Amino acid sequence: MRVVSKILNATFACCFSTLVVLGHAQSPEAKKPDAEIRLATTTSTEASGLLGVILPLFERDSGIRVRVISVGTGQALKLGERGDVDIVLVHSRPDEDRFMAAGFGSVRFDVMYNDFIIVGPQSDPAKLRGLPSASGALKAIAGANLLSPNPPIAKFISRGDDSGTHKKELALWSDVGIVPKDIKFKPWYIEAGQGMGEVLAMAGNLQAYTLSDRGTFNAYKNRVGLDAIVSEVPGLFNPYGIMPVNPAKHPHTKHEAALKLANWVVSPAGRAAILSLKVDGQSLFTPGAPPVK
Amino acid sequence: MNLTTATVEAFRLLFAFDPQLWGVIWVSLRVSLLALLIAAPLAIVLGFLLATVPFRGRRAAVIVLQSFLSFPTVVVGLVLYVLLARSGPLGSLGLLYTQEAMILGQAVIAFPVLAAFTLAAVQGADRIVRETALSLGASRSRAAFTTLFEVRFAVMAGLFNGFGRVISEVGCAMMVGGNIAGLTRNIPTAISLETAKGEFAQGIALGFVLIMLALGINASLNYFQGEGGMK
Repeated sequence: MRVVSKILNATFACCFSTLVVLGHAQSPEAKKPDAEIRLATTTSTEASGLLGVILPLFERDSGIRVRVISVGTGQALKLGERGDVDIVLVHSRPDEDRFMAAGFGSVRFDVMYNDFIIVGPQSDPAKLRGLPSASGALKAIAGANLLSPNPPIAKFISRGDDSGTHKKELALWSDVGIVPKDIKFKPWYIEAGQGMGEVLAMAGNLQAYTLSDRGTFNAYKNRVGLDAIVSEVPGLFNPYGIMPVNPAKHPHTKHEAALKLANWVVSPAGRAAILSLKVDGQSLFTPGAPPVK
Repeated sequence: MNLTTATVEAFRLLFAFDPQLWGVIWVSLRVSLLALLIAAPLAIVLGFLLATVPFRGRRAAVIVLQSFLSFPTVVVGLVLYVLLARSGPLGSLGLLYTQEAMILGQAVIAFPVLAAFTLAAVQGADRIVRETALSLGASRSRAAFTTLFEVRFAVMAGLFNGFGRVISEVGCAMMVGGNIAGLTRNIPTAISLETAKGEFAQGIALGFVLIMLALGINASLNYFQGEGGMK
């Protein structure tokens, strides 16, 4: 019976702490917001902690409450196209241009950028350190595996989930004439189909290379045991755009409030808020458009 | 792509034996059935013993077993992940992100279902069956088999239930399998991926495939189960 009472105790403790957590989550609701909008965004903005820093400031300045749906870029844009959200914040420029051209967004602003990094095991088995371009580095990974395909010298993990980062990776491969579809199922090219955090954990466990945005990598690097191998070279910048959903397509969306958010993130107050998110003294995102595409 | 065209497309791929789709189905089937195969003998023995052998703390053991029925699969995945991760105690086995890890996880998930169903079945069985067998000179194990044979339909129901739980389970499979294309991607993790991509119709179409699959498996198991009507 002692076992039972222990279990019951543990169950009670769990229930109680859940109630406490719920109670805390409820308390900010006490202040009635003027309006509420829904923002679809990528996991990177949520996981990096950016939204946690900037949205409370916006909510305080505007009285507009922002509900965040954090998914992949592909799904975020789909939610916008369907009018399921009022505004989207994503990072895949060609898709954003298509979204605007099809009339789903009312306006697009360059919000900020960070950069991608090719991360990998400290031993750098494909000798990528010091290579001058991102696609050159990917080509070197493919090249290293030509010598010893099985077991591979250098594994690469692809997000494989149509996210902005996945699309970026595919574009980098195609720059050097490699089609990942052809290398699928080869033991060194692993298509994970998961989010950035999961893929970084996988790369750490398998001691493989992958492409990551800097923000998520900084948040995970102490845990996953990977190094930044190639960074700040052409092809690795990662711009974010914000687009309110076009009320002409979806009249029920809260366009006015959404536009306020878009205008705020590019305002001096918004830019300062973006810069204020720092890890190890370095800002994770730089406001505005990137220096090179 | 709307729901109808996506579903039609999914079934077209199914009957055109699209290697990618069938690869995903194969992973789902292989992992779930092997997991049941591993979990079933032990779980049935445990369920039977819990029902027939009185011992101190049996009630507690039954409560624990039944609580494990609602154990979140993602927690099973998390524990296995921590054990199998490169820095974890079993990291050197290199099992993380393999089908073997998924089988292990699903066996753990199926175990309480199978054990609890067997327990309930044997508890509900007519005590006379076992006593008659014993009085007719059957050995204890022989009597156990007789009892289990009497309640085979309820034990089978446990197998169906366990199969249903593991074939549709996504949390553990995603965590220890990693949803790797062509290796550890099964139907539920593929659905999860399609959802993340915003390809809702494809996800639902895959869901139909899963239901068809479950229908096929249950129908064929049911064939072995026989009529099973009221006596």
